This record gives sequence, structure tokens and C-alpha cells, in this order.
Amino acid sequence: MSDERASEAERSRASTAERAAAAGVSPAAVSEAMGEVDPSIYRHLADAQMNVELDTGDMILNLGPQHPATHGTLRLVVRLDGERVIAADPVIGYMHRGYEKLTEVRSYPQITTLINRIDWLSSFANEVPFIHGAELLMGIEAPPRAQYIRTILTELSRIATFLLFLGEMGLQVGALTPAFYGFRDREHVLNLIEAATGGRFHPNFNRIGGTKDDLPWGWVAETRNTMKVVLDACTDFDNLVAGNEIFEARTKGIGIIPGDVGAGYGVSGSNLRASGVDWDLRRDGKPYLVYPELDFKVWTHPDGDSFARYWVRLQETREAARMVIQMLDQLPAGPVMAKVPRIIKVPVGEVWVETENPLGQMGYYVISKGAIGPFRVKIRSASFSNVSILPWLLRGVYVPDVITILASLYFILGDIDR
Amino acid sequence: MDGTLALDLGWGTILAIKTLIVLAAIPAGAFILGYVFLLKMMSHMQSRLGPMDPGGFHGWFQLVGDGIKFLQKEDIMPAQADRRVFAIAPAIVVISTFLVFLVIPTGPDLIVKDLEVGVFYALAVSSLSVIGVLMAGWASANKFALLGALRAAAQLIAYELPLLLAVVGVVVQAQTMSLQGIVGAQQNGAIFGWDAIGNPFILTQFVGFALFLVAAQAELTQTPFDMPVAESELVSGYMVEYTGFRFLFFFIGEFGTAFAFSALAATLFLGGWAIPGVDDTGLANVLGPLVLFTKLMFVAFLMFWVRFTYPRLREDQLQAVAWKYLIPIGLANILVTGALKVAL
Amino acid sequence: MAKPKLPGLIGGLGITFKTMLKGAVTVQYPHEREDPAPRARGVIALKEENCTVCMLCARECPDWCIYIEGHKEKRPPRREGGRERTVSILDRFDIDYALCMYCGICVEVCPFDALFWSPEYEYSEPDIAELLHDKDKLGEWMETVPEPEPLEAGAESKK
Repeated sequence: MSDERASEAERSRASTAERAAAAGVSPAAVSEAMGEVDPSIYRHLADAQMNVELDTGDMILNLGPQHPATHGTLRLVVRLDGERVIAADPVIGYMHRGYEKLTEVRSYPQITTLINRIDWLSSFANEVPFIHGAELLMGIEAPPRAQYIRTILTELSRIATFLLFLGEMGLQVGALTPAFYGFRDREHVLNLIEAATGGRFHPNFNRIGGTKDDLPWGWVAETRNTMKVVLDACTDFDNLVAGNEIFEARTKGIGIIPGDVGAGYGVSGSNLRASGVDWDLRRDGKPYLVYPELDFKVWTHPDGDSFARYWVRLQETREAARMVIQMLDQLPAGPVMAKVPRIIKVPVGEVWVETENPLGQMGYYVISKGAIGPFRVKIRSASFSNVSILPWLLRGVYVPDVITILASLYFILGDIDR
Repeated sequence: MDGTLALDLGWGTILAIKTLIVLAAIPAGAFILGYVFLLKMMSHMQSRLGPMDPGGFHGWFQLVGDGIKFLQKEDIMPAQADRRVFAIAPAIVVISTFLVFLVIPTGPDLIVKDLEVGVFYALAVSSLSVIGVLMAGWASANKFALLGALRAAAQLIAYELPLLLAVVGVVVQAQTMSLQGIVGAQQNGAIFGWDAIGNPFILTQFVGFALFLVAAQAELTQTPFDMPVAESELVSGYMVEYTGFRFLFFFIGEFGTAFAFSALAATLFLGGWAIPGVDDTGLANVLGPLVLFTKLMFVAFLMFWVRFTYPRLREDQLQAVAWKYLIPIGLANILVTGALKVAL
Repeated sequence: MAKPKLPGLIGGLGITFKTMLKGAVTVQYPHEREDPAPRARGVIALKEENCTVCMLCARECPDWCIYIEGHKEKRPPRREGGRERTVSILDRFDIDYALCMYCGICVEVCPFDALFWSPEYEYSEPDIAELLHDKDKLGEWMETVPEPEPLEAGAESKK
């Protein structure tokens, strides 16, 4: 068996060398580009004596599409050697709902309703870049109060989704209780969003020109209280999960993404910031909503491991709570809707808007031909690029670490598959 | 039982009665532990209530109903499973639990058989469950089950040693391996001359107690050592292909073993059925089981509290904890105990 | 690596113990109810007298779950010698809640304020055909529609 593998390795190396010579690049570059696994690492990976002697060969394990570890229907085909992963291949598309096609036959308010459901845990944040793009094409600007309300709701959805993440990463690593704390504390934020917009998960609150409604009486005071609860919850997570030595042993040094590799694969958001890259579209990108007027800190962490990603999101939750309190203090009075015609026809044009969504960088490329609906909308979702790094990242890790890495990257299937 | 009841029953009848009591005690103990800790304590630690409706009063009927539900399920076996091995595996796990119960004393006369080498025997038969786990994983013809079973085998064998080393300290101090003798040593002992509460070995063998709890946690494959049954990865590991009453066997085996280990820990370290101040055998025979039950619930509380709080260790970290930290600590404990026993 | 330093592990135990003593947050649903916010999108109610069968809601619905049928009738003129008026009479107004996305576009778009949101949510049925609420049932939901609530300080009052 090992003779066969050796000769196969020889043949594979020979063919790679041929291809490299033809293209004029080094063989290693060709291997990387083709996504091949360097066969010489077989011997390194089979380091346990037992594996070599018993010659266990490769076992192909299908993680998913129905699996508690992948957040939804992600299928991960891994080739194992004992407990180590040799190669991993994510298979996506089990949840494809055809968003870009759906948007071709609907009007702007109808699309706003639909795109709530792309990243369903932080659903308000999905509407923002799309409506902003339509407003840029029309040349109108929402009034300041509407901008503030939009930003507050965006940050609230960020808190909601990150509280869930803080809880369920603990769950994936084995601790049962943090997941419940995450859901329990998230309820307060969802109640706030429901009081303002009418829907807990799918607010559908943005309109071209502003927001649909104003805030109900007592919402500001309620939000201040809830932010205190959120900050307490973050302290709890700090002590229960991030400070737990077992959690640290499970996540430190696991799944290290170097900053340049991550940026090369298109990883964005907290994942990239956890690798030390100081990039946040709220501060560095084109200005949108009220972020230019806010004073907030962008958190980065020098290691790029799973613990860093957990830590960065924990700090960002606290930062979001502080930002909400800041915005409540600065909330201006005024109308929430600009003067827009009854039937909105967006003028001809194309626009690209990208925003810092909780999952990463989300962008919409809207092409309008002057009708009541867009001609074409291209959705750049954050999780799609975040997941693209998995084949590179999962080489040589143990099976339990695969789960930790998947949990720490925090993708939502609706975001990957759209 | 013989002296108290003053009935002239043959030894066979008495043995039969004792066996039946133990057979009834295993599922009863499993259900009580499961309900109090798994359903209610875990729920309250997670800010929720747990089952409230079945049975009316705080859902006490939930597990009984679950048991009945499991019994009436269809008996499914994977097509490629090894039929006989698949069927026997859960039985082996339950049998090993049953055998441990035989030597646990619940009163001065209430023990099935007081062996001279009680402790040795108890630890030996409790490791039989490893075979059952391996059989279950292999016979399931399922890659996930196989992964779980292999992890389980490595883990259970590794943690047998700290379990044993923890107990050796107690044996050295009590100067006997018989469990009744150990309870007696704690009841009649004195702490530097003060004998109001006897001499529960937890005071001097606190290292051993901690070691025993950690090793018992691993033997029961509970978090933080539940790699074999990692729910978010392998979804039940070696038990994944088991449904219906076969799964019920595994469940009873798991919680029955938890009951047995808690009872062992209570006997070895907290004094078992001994109540300070009660010397009358008759009264001790009546109160003994209740006292032992209370002490074992306390030990079980500690074990389950840790279970619901910590994440799980990875397999290699798990092994490192056992071989690099627990065993040296256990050996050092024996050394110190022996030295002090000879000196004092 | 996995050598336990006292603080972190013990701190975690402390948090779970405290939570256990603090009591549960569960609302035992059939016996106790939680009331959602007044703006919560529970069910849509129809005020029939306001509806003029303009079909805007049926057109704008992303799921096309509103089914409207109406006919025109003649009415006597308002003044002597005037023209005859035509009014639209609503024959059928069904909302299929099995399809409805609860987005609220129909409520928002209606120019005559004939549709309202109500936070009522307990209308699940064992038979999916029962989820098609007809005109009368939608009229019944009007009783559960809350009063429009006061807005937060700084808001412009609605016209």
C-alpha cells in the first residue's frame, strides 16, 4: 500500500513539475493554485506509529449537511488520517434561494422585505447597504433622525448576533450553559427591536428616504437599561467562557489565519481583525449612516487563532453597547422620512455599496434601469468569502479542532448560499 | 438483613431478595439522578425550568415516561451491523454497574456481600464497561460511532489509574480494603483525639477526593471529558446507532454508574452510612440508606455542576491531563499518606 | 496546557451556581402569557368600510397572498341633477396566512387606512386551509388592534 502511495506521489510530483515548467512558475505555486495537497505531507501527517504500521489509509468523513456543528446545511467533506485532517472541501448550495433572481422581478420595498432573510440573525444590517445604494442613485439623503435610528438598530442587531455567537461557540466547544445565556440575554435586544419595528427577527424597517416609523414612547429609556444588561452579560461570558482554561486550551493556537492570507482569501469583519489587520468599514470605508460622527474603537488582536476571534467579538459587543448609548444621547429630533414621490422610480445608474455587517463585509451592486425595481442586484455576502478559506485552514488539524474553527469563523448559511 | 428481621430464610432466598433490590435500585437511582441533576439542576443553571408538566408536580414523570417511550420503539439495527455484538454491548455496560452495586454498604448489615477486597473488586468490575463501549462502536458499522468508541477506549483506560491511585490513600489510612471496614474506620476514628464526628477521610485525603472526582468524571465520559460522546461533533459517539430500549440500557448504565461512583465516593471519603452519634445497629440500619443517599447526592451535585459548566478537553489534552498531571499527583498522595501513617 | 489555575475554572462554577439560585426566566406558555409590544406584527385586520377595492395591497404583496374580488355598483347622485356615483363593493378579501411573510407592505401601502396591524398571534390551525382568513375573520381582528401609541420625544407628529 505504501509503495502504491509513494509511486502515486512520484507521478503527481512529476505531472506538477511538467505543468510548472510549461507555465514558467515554481511547482509549489502550481500545487497551490490547483488546490492540490502536497503528497509528501502524507508521511508527516501519519506521525503516530500505529497509523503507519496498521496502514489505516484515508477515511472520508462527511460532516453535514445535517450536523450540529455546521450552522445550517454546510457539507464538509474531509479526508482523515486517524484523527488528523488531510484535506477538506466545503460543499455549499444546500440553502440557495435564488435571491439575485428574485430581486429582478420585485420592487424596492418588496426586496427590502426579502433581503432581511439573507443573514437572519442580524437582519436589520442586511437592509442598510441596499437602501443606501438606492438612495445614492436617487440623490436623496435620509434625515438625521432616520440615520440615527438606522445606526442604532444596526448596532442592536450586531449585539444580538454576537450574543448568540458568544453562547454557541461555547456550545460547540462542549460547554452547554453559555448557549442558554446567549439566547436569554438576546431576548432583551429582540424585544427592543420588536417594540420599534414590529418584528423580532425581520424588521423590514428601512425605506428609501428614511425609516418606516418613529420610535415608540419609552424606547430610549428601555434601551439604556437593556444596554446595561448586555454589558453585564458580556462580563459573564468573559468569566464563564473566555476566562476558562479549558476553553483557552481548546482555542488558543487553533486555526491561525495570518493577516495577509486572510485578506487574500477575502476574509473580512471580526475574523480579519482578529488576525491583526486594522480594517473596519465603519471607519475606513466610504462614510455611511452616522459612523463619522461617532467615537468608537476598532478592536484587533495579534494572534489569528480561534480565541482571538472570540475575544474580538466579545469586545465588539461591548463597543456596540457603548455606541448605542452614545447615539441615544445624541439622538436629534425631526422627521424620519425625506420627501420622496409616491411611486419611487430609481433613476438609471449603477452603484456599489459595502458596509461593515456583523458577519463581515457585505456589499450590494445595484443596476437600475429606471423601473420600480432594480434591473440586477449582485449581493456580496461576507460568509461566502469567509468559508472559502476552509480548505487552506483545515489541513493538518484534528477533528475536534475542525468544529472549533467552524464555530469561530461564524458564518450563517443563508449568507453563504443566499 | 439476617439479624434484624429475625426470620429464618435460607441463604438462597436472601440472596435472591438482595439481588432483586439491587436490580430495582439501578434504574431507580439512574432516574433519580437523571431527574434531579440532568433535568432540574441543569435547567436552573441555564435559567430555565426543565420539564414541568408530566406528572403535574414539576414534571417528575418525565424520565419514567421517556423510559416507557423507549421500550415501545421499533428495534432498528443498521443493515451492516454485527447483530450479536450490537445486541450484547449495552448489556455489558449495565452488568458492570450491577456488579459494583453488590459491594456498596448501605447500613451495618445492609450489603449484598462484604468482600475482603471490596474496593479492589469494585474498581475492577467497573472497568468492564470499556469492553461494552468498544463493542458498541465497532458493531455499529458507522464511522462516527467507531471514532467515538476508539476515543472512549483510550480515555477510559487512561483514567483507571488515577481512580485507583486516589483510592489507595484511603486504603492505607483505613488499613483494610473491605468497604464495611472503611466505613467502620471512619465511624470509629478520631481527628487528633476528637471523635464527635468520627474521621471522614475527606479531611485527610482531600487530594484523593479531588482526584477521585476528576477520574470518576472521566470514567463516566462526562464533560470536560466527554470526547467519546461529543454531542456537537459525533452526536452521541458510540451510542449513535442505538435506539429504543437498547439506548435505554445505555442511559441507565451511564446514570447508574454515576450513582455507583457517587456512592463509592461517599463511602470512601464521606463516611458512607455512618451517622455521627448513632451507634445502635438497628437505627443505623434504618437511617443508613438515607444518609448514604444524601451524601451521594452531594457528591453527584459536584460532578454534575462541573459537567454543566466546562467545555470539553480535546483527546490529546485529556490524555495529557491523566498521564502528566493526575498520576504523579496520585503517586505523591500515596507517598505522603504512607509516610504520615507510619510516622503518626 | 491543561493545568488548571484556580481563578478561571472556579469563576465559571460561581456563575452557574449563581444562575441556579437566581431562578428561571421561563414563561410557562399555556398557563402564562407574554404580551408582545403593541407594534408587533401578529395578524392583519381589515376595516371593510374604508376599503375601495383599489387593489394596491394585492399588487404590492411580495408573496401575492391577498385575493381580492369586487364589483362596481351604481349609487344615486349626491345632489339633485348630479351624475350617478359608482362605488366599488368588496366581494372577497382573503389573506392567506400560510403564505404571508408578515412584512407589512400591504398595511403601509393602503391609501385609505383599511388595513391594520394587530399583535394577536394565537391563531394557529391544525388544517392549513383554515389559515386563509376571509373578510369576516379579518374584520374580527379589528377588535384586537391597539390604539396608535405615542411616539418618542423628538419625533414629528404624524399628519
